[in-house]
This record gives sequence, structure tokens and C-alpha cells, in this order.
Amino acid sequence: MIDIIALVEALLPMFVGAPLLIGGVLLVLPRLARLRQVLGMVSLLAVLAGAIVLVALTSDGTVLVHQIGLWPGGVSIPFVADSFSALILAVAAVVATASFQYLIASGEARSASIASFVLILIGGVAGALLTADLFNLFVFIEVMLLPSYGLLVILSRRGNMAGSRLYVIINLLASTLFLAGVGLIYAVQGTVNLAELAGTGSDPATAIATALCLAAIAVKAAVFPVHGWLARAYSSTSPAVAALFSALHTKVAVYIVYRISAVIFEGDGVWMTAIMVVASLTLVVGAFAALGEREIRPLLVFQMISGIGFILIGIALFTPLGLTAGIAYMVHHMIVMGALLLVASAIEQTYGSGRLDRVAGLRNREPLLTAVFIISALSLAGLPPFSGFVAKYTLVLASADAGVVVVAGLLIITSLVALMSMMRVWADMFNGKRHTDVEVLAAESRIRSRRDLFDSDAVDADEVAAEAAQAVEQHAPPRGITATEEDPHGHRGTRIPIRLIVPALILAALSVALGFGGEFLIQLAEQASSALLNTSAYVEAVIG
Amino acid sequence: MSLALSIGLLAAAGVYLVLQRGMIRIILGFVLLTHAVNLLIIAAGGVARRNAPFFGGDTSQAADPLPQAFVLTAIVIAFAITVVLATFAVVGRNDDDTEAGAEAEAGAAPRTPIATAGDES
Repeated sequence: MIDIIALVEALLPMFVGAPLLIGGVLLVLPRLARLRQVLGMVSLLAVLAGAIVLVALTSDGTVLVHQIGLWPGGVSIPFVADSFSALILAVAAVVATASFQYLIASGEARSASIASFVLILIGGVAGALLTADLFNLFVFIEVMLLPSYGLLVILSRRGNMAGSRLYVIINLLASTLFLAGVGLIYAVQGTVNLAELAGTGSDPATAIATALCLAAIAVKAAVFPVHGWLARAYSSTSPAVAALFSALHTKVAVYIVYRISAVIFEGDGVWMTAIMVVASLTLVVGAFAALGEREIRPLLVFQMISGIGFILIGIALFTPLGLTAGIAYMVHHMIVMGALLLVASAIEQTYGSGRLDRVAGLRNREPLLTAVFIISALSLAGLPPFSGFVAKYTLVLASADAGVVVVAGLLIITSLVALMSMMRVWADMFNGKRHTDVEVLAAESRIRSRRDLFDSDAVDADEVAAEAAQAVEQHAPPRGITATEEDPHGHRGTRIPIRLIVPALILAALSVALGFGGEFLIQLAEQASSALLNTSAYVEAVIG
Repeated sequence: MSLALSIGLLAAAGVYLVLQRGMIRIILGFVLLTHAVNLLIIAAGGVARRNAPFFGGDTSQAADPLPQAFVLTAIVIAFAITVVLATFAVVGRNDDDTEAGAEAEAGAAPRTPIATAGDES
């Protein structure tokens, strides 16, 4: 038998190199939109398959290492895959694939550079997850950010770029701060190799330098009190891009917090208490801020901020059960948030508005979308039998177990608040009577997207009216539904195409599967957490 | 000491400029901030030893090459992002949060649907 571990170790840099290379090649290809989409999809699926292989190989605690250029350990820049990074990479690849599928279905991926940007983004994500060198981490974060700037601006249909600009400036500031932290760590320790830095957090100077890095990463993870930019930036772009980013950007930042806290601080009590306080505030503030939003996307983004608080509770506890719960929550959150944001995308792009008071009565017209929304919303709130229940139950159990009953209580209360904001979406968008101007809004949105117009550009009113009338005429009501007074158009007219729902459906199905197969989810998370708790295997593999 | 002072000065000026409203000032602020961080990294490597490690140079007095490599990389990245920011400044001229920009934004923000007769629900 060929030594499969050695083979995969040698191929580890390909997780970064291949997407970057293919992304670059796609950029210079002539105008072959179909080929770009197919190649992009195939590459994403290949990354996903590779990540699943990594999860399988690292499940017994093996740490895969590739020293770039085969330099001896400690000198080289290593790529490392342990069960934690492999798991997060796999989930990120799943959500990225679903989001890209949505971008193809909605026609947004037809733009010349979108496939390349998504691939470069996933290459950067793989690099950030797999590298064991802090400076290299900074480089890969930048590799992730540059295509994101492109995705934000190109797919945005807002006439102004204030949101994208905010995103760039905040992220650049955080990156600069992170770089300063890396410089300080080098000043104190003379190395930025994560394995060599293991356990150095007990030295106060190193601890402060590392804390600077963590503070910078906290900005990127949108932790309270530096969370405000996220809702504005994510609302200004195309909704599918928000779904893509939700699983990649903030979660990579959270991954880095986990990694640095575990390796450098080794769960040092003082620092973990600080994280605990910040995480608790994040989860409460996010949940309550979501209640006050009037559009579906900012509402979901604030739920995401709340979820980041949930995830960080796991590392703050730093018990085996706590870490397991935190990682399980992270996996669950990436999938469910992706599903919810893709549902929001389908609504926004079909009906031309994400405002809670503009869209109503989806329940009767969109049975499939309603099912996906119910599954994801209940999973987010943490009801059985979905993945949210498994993750939240373990997290509450872990906090109570660690003696922080207040946090356990907060988790439960926050879950109720999350359920409340999901009920608001349900009550406003899915229930209720369809507005009379729904066809007009939808027609306006179709005309805009057909002509590549910004949201602020004017559209001819007569044309919109004609388009709306045509839609009502052409689309028969869905089978099994008879005309009632609930609907001004007798259930005729605009409906969300199935192809826009399928990506969210896949993610929601995954959430159900992980809910019923809760044991499997916990087992995966347990493997990942043991890699974090026992850093000696990591250090030994990297330094050799 | 002079290194520490320059880092402090650059960082202070950079932070001041980044907090301004106009995009050009923000860009200049970032240029200064990245310079401050680059100097910080150079300082992290120590500036007392400056010899080359080859051509008969005294290796015990050789400069640390790693921070120099870091800075080189950081400069390239900062340059790329400065170009992106400059593009934002050119394309989104109305997005500045200055008074003129705020007016433009206020005009664009409320999304008024096209009202046709009898559509008020």
C-alpha cells in the first residue's frame, strides 16, 4: 500500500495552491461563462473532497505536516492539518459550494471575475486554516480579503459603496493591528512559528503581544464591542455573498481565536475569563440587536454575531466538554447561518426587498422555501431534532458543568430571544396577507437585474406595471392551492424558482442530518477539541 | 530611541488621518500606519547588528533577515490594498461622509417603490 498519509502531507499545500492557480487561470480565460462556472464548481468540490479526506485521516489524532521547501522543522513555514482545522475546512467548503451554487443559479456568477474571486477566497481560507506560522496567517488573511473586496463591490446593487468601503477600512485596520501584534511577538520570542510559541503565553510580554493579535482578530470576528460594522457591510452587498462570507470570514477569525488561545495561552484562566466576558456580551447584544432590525439580512447578521458569542463560550470554558460544544456549535452555526442567509437571498432577489413589512404571505406560495426556513430557524433557536439542539444542549451542559451557571442561563435566555426574532420573520414575511404592490416590487427587481441597474436608479413605471401584469398572467397558482382572499392576485404571479432554493435546502438537510446524527457531530467535535487540548502532538509534528 | 519615536509619530498621525471622513485622508492614514508597523517589525529584529552574513561578514554581527522578509511582504500587500482603496476613492466619490457625501447618501438611501395608482395597501 502506498503510504497515504505521506501522500496527503505532500499535497497539503495544494489546498491553497490549486484554488489560487485555477482562480488565476479562470481570470484570463476568454469569455466562457459556462466553463468558468463548471471549473469553479469542480474545484470547490475537490477542496471539499480533500477536506473530507483530511478529516478522515486526522480522526485518530494524527497531525499532518508539510514543511514548505522541505526545510527542517522550526525553520520552515509549515502547513499543518489536525482534526480541528480539517473539520472547519470541510464545513467552510460545504457552505462555499452551496453559496457558489446559488451564485450560479441566480446568474450572478456570469460576471467575468466571480468564479475566480470565490476560488481565491477559498484558497486563502484554506491557507489561513492550515498554516502554523503567524506571519503566514496574516498573509493568508489578506489573500482572503482581496477577492472579498471584489465580490462585495461587483455584486453590490447599491448605488453607493459606503458599505464596501467600511468593510475594507475596518478589515485593513484590523490586519494592520494584527501585523503589529505579530511583530511584537517576534520581538519577544524571536519566532512566529505557532508550534514554537506553544505555552509561551505564561510570559507576560508574550501574552500582551498575543492579546494584541487576538484583539485584531476579534474585530474580524465581529465580537462585541467591535461588531457594528458587520451588519452594515454585509447588508450592502449581494445577499449570496453575505452567505458566503458568513461561513468564511468571521468563522476563520473565530478559528484563529481558538487556535491561538489553545496553543499560546493553553487555556490560561485569566485570559479565558476575559474571553468569557466578551463572548457573553456578544451573544446577548447580538440577539437583542436582531430583535430591533426591520430587514431580514441585518437581522440575520446580528443573529450571526450572537452565534459568534456562543462559539467563543466554548473556548472560554476550556474544558474538554466546553471545547467540544463550542466546535460543534461552530459547525452547526456555519451551516444554518448559510441556509438562512440563502433563504434571505432568494426572497430578496425574487421579491426585490428584504424589508419585513414589504414581503408577506410567503407561507402559502412557497412551500419549499417555507420548509427550509422553518428547519433553519428552529435549528438556529436550538430546538430538536435539528443540529442546533445538539450543539446548544452540549454548550449549556458544559457551562453548567464548569460552574458558570450565569452563562448557562444566558445561553438559554438568548436562545429564546433568537426564537423571538425568528418568529418576527415568520409573522411578517411568511404569515399574513400578501401586499398589493408585491408584483410591482418583484417586477421592478427583475427589470433592474436584467439591465444591471443599481437599486437607486430609476425604472420606467409603465414598464414595471406591464412586467407585473405579465407575471400575474403567466404564472399559474401552485398545485393544490386555490384562490382565496388572502392573496390579491389569486396566487398567480411571481414565485421563487426552485433552483434558488436548492442550495439552502441542501444546507438545511445537513442541519437535520447532523441533528439526528448528533452523536456523529459530537464525535467530530470531540476529536477536534482533543487536538486543541493536547497541543504536544501538534508541536511534535511541526517541529519534529 | 529615534526608531521608537518615529513609530509613535507615524502611528499617531496615521490614526488621526484614518479617523477623518474623506477617503483620500483615510488612505494617507493607512500608508502612515503601515509604515509605523513596518518600522515596528524592523525594530523587533533588533537594529544593533547590521552586517551581511556572507562575503566575509561577521555572522555574529549579521542582521536578522526574517523581519526584513516580513516587511518586504507587508509592503507589497499594503501597496496592493492602497491601490484598492484608491479605486474606492475614485469610484465612490459621493460616499465620503462629508457634508456633500451625506447629502448624496440621504438622497439614495430610502428605497421608494414605484407607486402606481391604487397600489397603496
